[in-house]
Amino acid sequence: MSETKVDMNKAGFAANRVSLAQMQTGQRGKIVEINGGYGLARKLDALGIRVGKEVTKISAQWMRGPVLLQQDNTQAALGFGMASKVLVELGGRNEK
Amino acid sequence: MKILLMGNPNVGKSVVFNRLTGANVIVSNYAGTTVEFTKGSIKFGDKRAELIDVPGTYTLEPTCKAEEIAVEMLNEHADGDVVINVVESTNLERSLNLTLQLLKHKVPVVVALNFWDETKHKGISIDDKKLEQILGVPCVPICAVTGEGVNHLAERIKDAKLSAYDYEDKERWQKIGSIVDKVQTITHRHHTWLERLGDASVRPLTGIPIAVVVFFLAFKVIRFIGEWLIGYVGEPVFENLWAPLMMKLSGLLGSEGFIHNILIGNFIEGEIDFMQSFGLLTTGLFVPIGAVLPYVFAFYVVLSFLEDLGFIPRLAVMVDTIMHRLGLHGFAIVPMLLGLGCNVPGALATRVLETRRERFIAATIMAIAVPCAALQAMVVGLVGKEGLAGLGIVYGTLFAVWVLLGIIFNRFLKGESPEIFLEIPPYRIPYLRGLSKKIWIRIKWFIKEAVPFVLLGVLLVNIFYTLGIIQVVGRITAPVVTRVLGLPQEAVGALIIGFLRKDVAVGMLVPLGLTAKQLIIASIVLAMYFPCVATFTTLVKELGFVDMLKSAGIMIISSLIVGGVLNLILPG
Repeated sequence: MSETKVDMNKAGFAANRVSLAQMQTGQRGKIVEINGGYGLARKLDALGIRVGKEVTKISAQWMRGPVLLQQDNTQAALGFGMASKVLVELGGRNEK
Repeated sequence: MKILLMGNPNVGKSVVFNRLTGANVIVSNYAGTTVEFTKGSIKFGDKRAELIDVPGTYTLEPTCKAEEIAVEMLNEHADGDVVINVVESTNLERSLNLTLQLLKHKVPVVVALNFWDETKHKGISIDDKKLEQILGVPCVPICAVTGEGVNHLAERIKDAKLSAYDYEDKERWQKIGSIVDKVQTITHRHHTWLERLGDASVRPLTGIPIAVVVFFLAFKVIRFIGEWLIGYVGEPVFENLWAPLMMKLSGLLGSEGFIHNILIGNFIEGEIDFMQSFGLLTTGLFVPIGAVLPYVFAFYVVLSFLEDLGFIPRLAVMVDTIMHRLGLHGFAIVPMLLGLGCNVPGALATRVLETRRERFIAATIMAIAVPCAALQAMVVGLVGKEGLAGLGIVYGTLFAVWVLLGIIFNRFLKGESPEIFLEIPPYRIPYLRGLSKKIWIRIKWFIKEAVPFVLLGVLLVNIFYTLGIIQVVGRITAPVVTRVLGLPQEAVGALIIGFLRKDVAVGMLVPLGLTAKQLIIASIVLAMYFPCVATFTTLVKELGFVDMLKSAGIMIISSLIVGGVLNLILPG
């Protein structure tokens, strides 16, 4: 599985690269990019959530409401706009 | 010597504080319960030290007001001061971020590994000895809620020292990663039912029904406890024990005269009427203790339970989308919920919000449209007698005002409201001793704050009536009070006393014999027109004088508009 992922990236495909906002509830992925400028990166960083970390999406509210994600034993809710700026590479085991 | 308790939000610093000092500070299961620092004094060995409960911070590079306060307090430290860094053992990696920053700050540190008991359920095992070796400062496992390890922590304060541990800022996370690899092992484990419930409460399909059930139960429990206490404790004590005593006192005082009127008040049909007599020892004591306290107690039992459980931040996530329409984000639900108990802590809690705009909106709509428990207890008693529909109109109107004002502010105030960014703590079963202590702190605070103001209010009512002040003001304000609001002239007395205490003000309406319609309008206007003096002074401190003036102007105008419109449209 992970072999294919690397190959796809090398080939310039980023099909499994989505934002936290686009990710499905229950999906798991590794953070690859935070586009929110210093403020957002710093806030996330304070919670131990940063590039390279695996996160699981726990829930999303209706009407572009906040997204809840989990990293280790930390859960954080972030607004839809912020969630759109955090890109993850899908993969790893999915949790229900 | 000073000892600063520092750590991430919601890691139990205040619990440790209470344990070490024997003091009573409010603790809850969400970030930002302590927005003001609290001081206490402790003895360890033969030394005395001042212990300071610093607001939680994730980092020494502050991102909000509470964090700024924390960093300022650290920067003020003098030689010989010590930091107790409270760490969440179940989130070691993240917690060490602040720890390493503190070590670099060159201040003597002791690390308290809190929630040690929870690590076991979560399949986490931490080698505290090894951690102590690596960091070069004492690391003490504790479980603050039960008190385990806290004595050991106190003993080791004297071992606090500067750490020799050094690193480049850029490599901080790498260093943390390698420390965690060395001291922590994780075994796989299944989700607990609390975790499942926690996740279910933030998914819309399950979370909305859960929130509805929680609110329904909260309402039922508050009513049950409140009514039970009034019916089986408050009224029997006042009617059967206190009233005969007061009748005797009345006889001793000669049944009339100025002193008699101040202490006992007027007789209603030859007897003491605790709602209407308006003496210091009759109405003055009955209102805060007999009528209001049972509901205040019931409210705080429920709120404190939900806080300690960890429901509030989940609710904040669920209501976030709605709150954005009001120019706020979900976490602004915290000042609103606290405001339902008393507007003063509600106003203080606006500090959890990031921008001045949000704090202004939250504080203003809270002060206008969120009635405190004392006011509610009286309104429920008075308006409720006329049927549930009346209460429905009062609550419905206040809720509509809350929403409408928020929407208007959001449209016309410059700036945007930031998005929610909130850590969601795990659900934790409230610990009975901690819970009862917190309820007790709040009750004590209520009695201390409320009773003197109620007594002062009752005293002033007597003086104003004797001097004829209320009649004069009543005549001056008649055009507004009578024509616009449709209330009798004497109702202005309630509006004057409402500055002091709103429960007393509602009590003043009782002898006026108002119609159901007038009672509804008077209750709503009393809730909205101006905050009581305690809330007012808090708001001046929080918003600044100029913003408070604006806020007060909005309160007066909107209460007149709402009262006037209701006077036109309500039948009767």
